[in-house]
Amino acid sequence: MSKDTLFDKVWDLHKVANLPGGSDQILIGLHLIHEVTSPQAFGALKDKNLKVKFPQRTVATVDHIVPTDNQSRPFKDNLAEQMIDTLEKNCIEHNIKFFNIGSGNQGIVHVVAPELGLTQPGMTIACGDSHTSTHGAFGSIAFGIGTSQVRDVLASQTIAMNKLKVRQIWCENKLSNGIYAKDLVLHIINQLGVKAGVGYAYEFAGPAINALSMEERMTICNMSIEGGARCGYINPDEKTFNYIKNKLCAPQNENWEKAVKWWKSLESSDNCIYDDVFKLDASKVEPTITWGITPGQSIGVNQKIPSLNEIHPNDKFIAAEAYEYMGFKPGQTIKNTPIDVCFIGSCTNGRISDLRVAAQVLAHNKVARNIKAFVVPGSEKVAKEAKEEGLDKIFIKAGFQWREPGCSMCLAMNSDKLIGNQISASSSNRNFKGRQGSPNGRTLLMSPAMVAAASITGKVSDVRDFINK
Amino acid sequence: MSIKFKPPIGKFSRINGKCISLVGDDIDTDRIIPARFLKCIDFDSLGKSVFDDDRKTLKGNHPFDLETNKGSSILIVNSNFGCGSSREHAPQALMRWGIKAIIGESFADIFYSNCIAIGIPCFTLPKESIKKIQQYLNIKNLFLEIDLFESTAKAEDLKFDLEIKETSKKMFLSGEWDATSKLLENADLIENKLNDLPYIKFNTN
Repeated sequence: MSKDTLFDKVWDLHKVANLPGGSDQILIGLHLIHEVTSPQAFGALKDKNLKVKFPQRTVATVDHIVPTDNQSRPFKDNLAEQMIDTLEKNCIEHNIKFFNIGSGNQGIVHVVAPELGLTQPGMTIACGDSHTSTHGAFGSIAFGIGTSQVRDVLASQTIAMNKLKVRQIWCENKLSNGIYAKDLVLHIINQLGVKAGVGYAYEFAGPAINALSMEERMTICNMSIEGGARCGYINPDEKTFNYIKNKLCAPQNENWEKAVKWWKSLESSDNCIYDDVFKLDASKVEPTITWGITPGQSIGVNQKIPSLNEIHPNDKFIAAEAYEYMGFKPGQTIKNTPIDVCFIGSCTNGRISDLRVAAQVLAHNKVARNIKAFVVPGSEKVAKEAKEEGLDKIFIKAGFQWREPGCSMCLAMNSDKLIGNQISASSSNRNFKGRQGSPNGRTLLMSPAMVAAASITGKVSDVRDFINK
Repeated sequence: MSIKFKPPIGKFSRINGKCISLVGDDIDTDRIIPARFLKCIDFDSLGKSVFDDDRKTLKGNHPFDLETNKGSSILIVNSNFGCGSSREHAPQALMRWGIKAIIGESFADIFYSNCIAIGIPCFTLPKESIKKIQQYLNIKNLFLEIDLFESTAKAEDLKFDLEIKETSKKMFLSGEWDATSKLLENADLIENKLNDLPYIKFNTN
């Protein structure tokens, strides 16, 4: 059993009681809500005649259903309009802070909370969204919950949960030029598999992790859930503190020093115990792309799609399903696979640094003919910053559509969808069957830089050919 | 959905029902309920949309469409069932289709806790036992009697020792799977704990 890791320290700090059934009652320090997984929770509160216990500990924004082409109200889609309207009403009725469209702070919930300084080390953070693990980049314990647990957090600020085990993932050396956090996390999931994280929190550590920016760290923790781990985190350091400093909700004045002192005390102790440790060499990571229907089915851009006899017996069934669905042959190269749609955005890779990297690749280039390419900033702040830097112009000049913030084609709850069996090069997090809105649509996950490279050639390409010229 | 849906209430220790098998690893919640069906403010109409894309692809040959599986309530699955999105809509859709318990090789974490929170016990069995049940189901119908207290599943000619987390088992036997009221019993402890958190003190703005 783990001991003295950051996870243990934060868990123990938030443990309210042992519940009679044997699970722990855990206090949630920050609760984030959005329009998709909260309405039924508010409905259940009403049914049980309960109120929101600590409304100041919950913050709302709207992201999943918002259109990215025209955000004027009412939305064209009646159901989407009903959902945002319900959230607005619930927030007013229960006195919950809501960052609505046009507030300057709306966006994907996992982009917005860190940029507001709401996300801080040592917190427990829950949200009705599996990518809540993103916030672990700051040394918080953050995880996704379902709607019934959203109800419990609203009603009591706590949930019933079993303590997770802790696996340290030690990343030795550094990523090479042209290799990004997305490549590293896809590589990790490939190495460990999509089920390995079940029952675990992942602690990402080592020189390669320390070298990453805060936004890159968010990309890593964001995809913990794709490896089965409900929660992933990184010990906070000076980069973490510098990122938070002066943000809207960051501790101010004399409180800042107190906060930093406490944050420093949280990191996993030198003699802490992990339930498991996994080591890898980050310098060996290639630009990584998924070829299948789980985020674990990935290869380096210059590798071949594995044949069935190269695949672990437990993974053969899903591999066979993937060949059929994707229309790929075992042993086929992934490079030069023709692409139909290029999507840059999502809570994984829709931040300003992602847009900068993609724009750098796109500068003085044009999107290939017949490619639909669009970029969806992760938040209103990201969009504003990008415009100030002129990134929007670079994208538009290259042939990308510049859109308004939201989750968009990561899960296709708005009108941004694949059509038929189109293939997308996508900076998002899931390549599940039908994920991007078409029941036979196909998704290749990759870094934003690789999406940009694919948009120029119209096929899967090695971004290093563009940036190392 | 002609029969009105009745959600489980309170404690229970037995589930009897017909089994339905869904073969496949890593079946994610996007497949269980595609995102377009999440555009709703209640769960009521989800039952008919469960596995919508897969069912349309298989044109009537999906297990959830086969006449022989009508009225089934115990779902038999393989490994890492329910991975991906945290959408509770997935177990809600299964429950509203008629599923009352799930037996599988393994489950994704969030899906598992969502099932517990809405009153669907999830049991595990070794790969070989699941295979045996799935092969049996290829030939004929299987009715299982699940005893939560004993953690067993029995049919006329079969018996399995099911695994379930002790905490989950206790929750069903006591009715505490519907956690809200239990959590609220500790209102004073919650308040004290919250006021003691260092970051509540230094986040004053």
